[in-house]
Amino acid sequence: MAALVRRMLAIGFKSLILVGMLVAACAPAPAAPTQQPSGRQAVPGAPSEIKIGLVTFLSGAASGPFGIPARNAAEVWVDKLNREGGIGGAQIKLVIVDENVPTDQQVVQLRRLALDEKVDLVIGYISSANCLAVAPVAEELKLLTVLFDCGTNQVFEEAKYKYVFRTAAHTGIDGIGAARYLLTVKPDVKTVAGLNQDYAWGRDSWEIFIRALRKLKPDVQVLDTLWPRLQQNEFSGEISKLLALRPEVIFTSFWGGDFVSFINQGRPRGVFDQMTVLFNNDGANIEEFGKDLPDGIIIGFRGPHWIEYPDPKENPLQKEFIDLYRAKYGRYPMPHGSYHVVQALQGVKAAYEKAIKATGRWPSVDDVIKAFEYLEFDSPSGRISMAIGYGHQAVEPAVYGITKFDPQLGFSRLDRVKVFPVKCVNPPDGVKTLDWIEQGFPGAQC
Amino acid sequence: MLTERLLAVLFDGLIFGAWLFLVSAGLTFVYGVLRVLNVAHGSFYALGAYLAATLVGLVVGRGLSPALTYPALVLAALLVGLTVGPAMERLLLRRLAGRDEVTGLLLTFAVLLIFEDVIKLIWGVTPWAADAPYGALGQLKLGAVTYAVYPLALIGVAALMGVLLWFLTGRTAFGKLVSAVIADREVSAALGVDVGRVSNLAFSLGTFLAALGGALVAPMISVVPGISVEVIVIAFAVTVIGGLGNVAGAALGALVVGLVRTSALYFFPELDLFLVYALMTLVLIFRPYGLFGRAEIRRI
Amino acid sequence: MRRVFKGLGLGLVGLGLLGAPWLLPGWLLFLLSLALAKGLVVLGVLVLMWGGLVSFGHGLYFAAGAYTVAFLAKFLGVREAALGLLAAALLNGVLAGLLGLFLSRYRAIFFGMLSVAFSMILYAFLLKFYFITGGTDGLRVPIPTVLGFEVSARDIRTVNYFVNLVFGLLGLFAAWRLSRSPLGYLMRGVKDNEVRVEYMGASVKATVYGVYLFSGVLGGLGGALVALSVGHVAPDLAYWTTSGEFVFVAILGGTGSVLSPFLASALFELVRNYAIKLSPYTWQLSLGLVLLGIIFFYPEGLWGLYEWVKGRWRPKSSSKPSI
Repeated sequence: MAALVRRMLAIGFKSLILVGMLVAACAPAPAAPTQQPSGRQAVPGAPSEIKIGLVTFLSGAASGPFGIPARNAAEVWVDKLNREGGIGGAQIKLVIVDENVPTDQQVVQLRRLALDEKVDLVIGYISSANCLAVAPVAEELKLLTVLFDCGTNQVFEEAKYKYVFRTAAHTGIDGIGAARYLLTVKPDVKTVAGLNQDYAWGRDSWEIFIRALRKLKPDVQVLDTLWPRLQQNEFSGEISKLLALRPEVIFTSFWGGDFVSFINQGRPRGVFDQMTVLFNNDGANIEEFGKDLPDGIIIGFRGPHWIEYPDPKENPLQKEFIDLYRAKYGRYPMPHGSYHVVQALQGVKAAYEKAIKATGRWPSVDDVIKAFEYLEFDSPSGRISMAIGYGHQAVEPAVYGITKFDPQLGFSRLDRVKVFPVKCVNPPDGVKTLDWIEQGFPGAQC
Repeated sequence: MLTERLLAVLFDGLIFGAWLFLVSAGLTFVYGVLRVLNVAHGSFYALGAYLAATLVGLVVGRGLSPALTYPALVLAALLVGLTVGPAMERLLLRRLAGRDEVTGLLLTFAVLLIFEDVIKLIWGVTPWAADAPYGALGQLKLGAVTYAVYPLALIGVAALMGVLLWFLTGRTAFGKLVSAVIADREVSAALGVDVGRVSNLAFSLGTFLAALGGALVAPMISVVPGISVEVIVIAFAVTVIGGLGNVAGAALGALVVGLVRTSALYFFPELDLFLVYALMTLVLIFRPYGLFGRAEIRRI
Repeated sequence: MRRVFKGLGLGLVGLGLLGAPWLLPGWLLFLLSLALAKGLVVLGVLVLMWGGLVSFGHGLYFAAGAYTVAFLAKFLGVREAALGLLAAALLNGVLAGLLGLFLSRYRAIFFGMLSVAFSMILYAFLLKFYFITGGTDGLRVPIPTVLGFEVSARDIRTVNYFVNLVFGLLGLFAAWRLSRSPLGYLMRGVKDNEVRVEYMGASVKATVYGVYLFSGVLGGLGGALVALSVGHVAPDLAYWTTSGEFVFVAILGGTGSVLSPFLASALFELVRNYAIKLSPYTWQLSLGLVLLGIIFFYPEGLWGLYEWVKGRWRPKSSSKPSI
């Protein structure tokens, strides 16, 4: 009996594979559901829906802090936009893809989105490596691709793209902002140490920060630079060494698991009492930490992506975003993946609407690109302007603050917040970040 | 200054070594008994960590004494060892009897992929913290540097675990049965040993060890997606350095890697990433059976 | 009659392969292109399996080949595909020649472990020397020239496909010749009984070394082709999961034929992509289940499926049932 069942199973499985192969070989693209847009009047030539590919980490280490929050935020925001009539009357439909695949698969997925799913555009990519890898492919496919979260400044500083945009600031603002903030709260700082993950993002973060700091305060001494493995999770040795060296400030670009582990292991050992720790990019777990996040940490979130900055009272979009997000997920949107994806959606919407206004019909990709360059649009993170990278790269102000537990909120809020305006932390159009720092920030307005 | 540094290297090296031993003992044990390089070890480790975080959360949430969180850690590992372990051996591994080692490895790789998503479906992607047991033990000041007691205690736990394993495999009837099965499955079966049962018990024990590694480490780290994949590489390196399948070897390997890596941290911080792999390669070239292993006679 | 059918079938497959750029949607063509390139690496893994050796470190050659192409473009400004492929083949030959000195002494799990260790050292190197290698960001590979001709961005993927097809066929032919050469027979002898091979007057070590060289060059070529097709190289090419994937695909294909690596490679890429497409949030689970199914129901690999189909279709044939 068991043998019979096994045999049936085997035959069933084999047939399944065969059928699967056949289907895979000749599967036609699924027909798009034709659904009449409700509400607003449609633009002439407008399709019933606009398909957006969303590439974000759904698994792996970056899914927790950035990837899944970004997906959640995108779903909330797309619902909202669709309720309000979508983009020019076309309903937005998301096609979500996991970013947690090797580089060659990343390229395959982008092609699949363009040629199989036939998306109108792609919003995606959290990893810098992936942004660098897919940008030329997007160009080749003539596929409008909006990078939403990755940080590397290389994308538009080392190459020029027509179809690629980035609606979030590059990591220049994180390093320069960190240096400037450190000097406002600790003007006499003498010694720093670096604790960064040993990969491109860690290296870039440290490089920009330390160069900016040295330019602003040449007598700062670097006591040590430590490069633990990415996702090492165990930092006893690093902490001991830092405790013995006693730098005044530790700069770190830790995120996700490493961020949480370092705080859990460093807190009982007095790291946060004895020195100032400066995190340049992750605040995704502040709410989960509750009262366990030490006070006095300097922290930045790659721009104004905190529930109180911009102030929800002054920025209705920010208020709406927080309310919608909390209503659906029962928690606050934490920086920065969630905010960045909404920025991208707002940017796309604004570009389409500007193009529609200019042409009076449903725009072509070229029309949208023309409208997107040097565009300014509103978002929960304030007004974003695509001011550098030949109009393809957004600038944002840098926001830094110091953690302080708030019993009413149930988790830490930011104290002594300082907002560094756009022109203070972003290089001018056409100037590379490291050159700008080297030249002593010409034209900076702080 | 130098002695202070050397002392710090010793402490941190021991801590890191204990950590390494805890996360790799299960891998080497399972290989020793079943000749399966169990990639799903990483999943069991993660399961142990997640379950530990859940149980610790329950204990803390009910306002119970923090002392109860320690048995909760062990309970988490037991739960994984008693459910997932036997099930996987019975339903999957046993069906591979007679196939080569590579197939076993690939099977466990498939299981790793499956658990990656299963864990995500159960626990989501936000970090789980289990730091109550970590904080409850307090701190200790050694010279200018404060240490948390928990990781220091792990050194003792790791040593105890090593001794227990050594005793279990070398000094008990169960250990003798396991050695018999390792030496020759067929003859053991012919002599009346219930090979299936012994394998099942051994694999469950290995699963328990992996989960225990995760559960004991959970209070120090954040439990997040991806820890399973990360831990395999490091556990594999430690295991290879000590000699695959050799629990005592894994202890030595963990100690060596722990000390070498920590010295590098102090004296050549840039070398960190290289060291473990370089060490592993050198050991394989000069002592392929591991620092502690003995050469087997190749069957012709 | 059978020969007519066989010829007809082969002709159809040939036509299909030649016409693929016009028959397949662009992303499937790209997938096929990748499958051909990776199939070469898998073929490299497969020829070692004849001797019972499982290389869990072929990501090493895969990455070395890919980075050769990227370095040529970055440091010497050479974008010529032919030169890139030639350099990758030479460099990987040298690399395999060096590492083979160590590896040819090893068998069973130790061979696998040492090859993994070597590949992880390369991985660490690629990460660490970021000022040369670009670290985890990797390096861009510009659109190549092919035999001196500039290729437009519009045509490059078609050209890539044909280049990969040509090299796939070349590799196939070479492996087929190898399988029927004394070296190929000796390699199978190594798996069955090393002592017997020595008694016949042949050197086991030299046999393994020779096949390893061939295997390393195939891996390097596959890597170079992937670099040219994808346009970007990153350290994950050398990571153990990449190497593991090659072994998996080799087993999936089965060791029965030199053709199976390419079929299995294409199937694996398809399965993975459909898993990502159909269950974006749980694609690893779906992939894992499919892999489990293959392990249990196809101990002989994909080639077993082929035999099974053949058996169904023509019950008279003597192929044994696959259960």
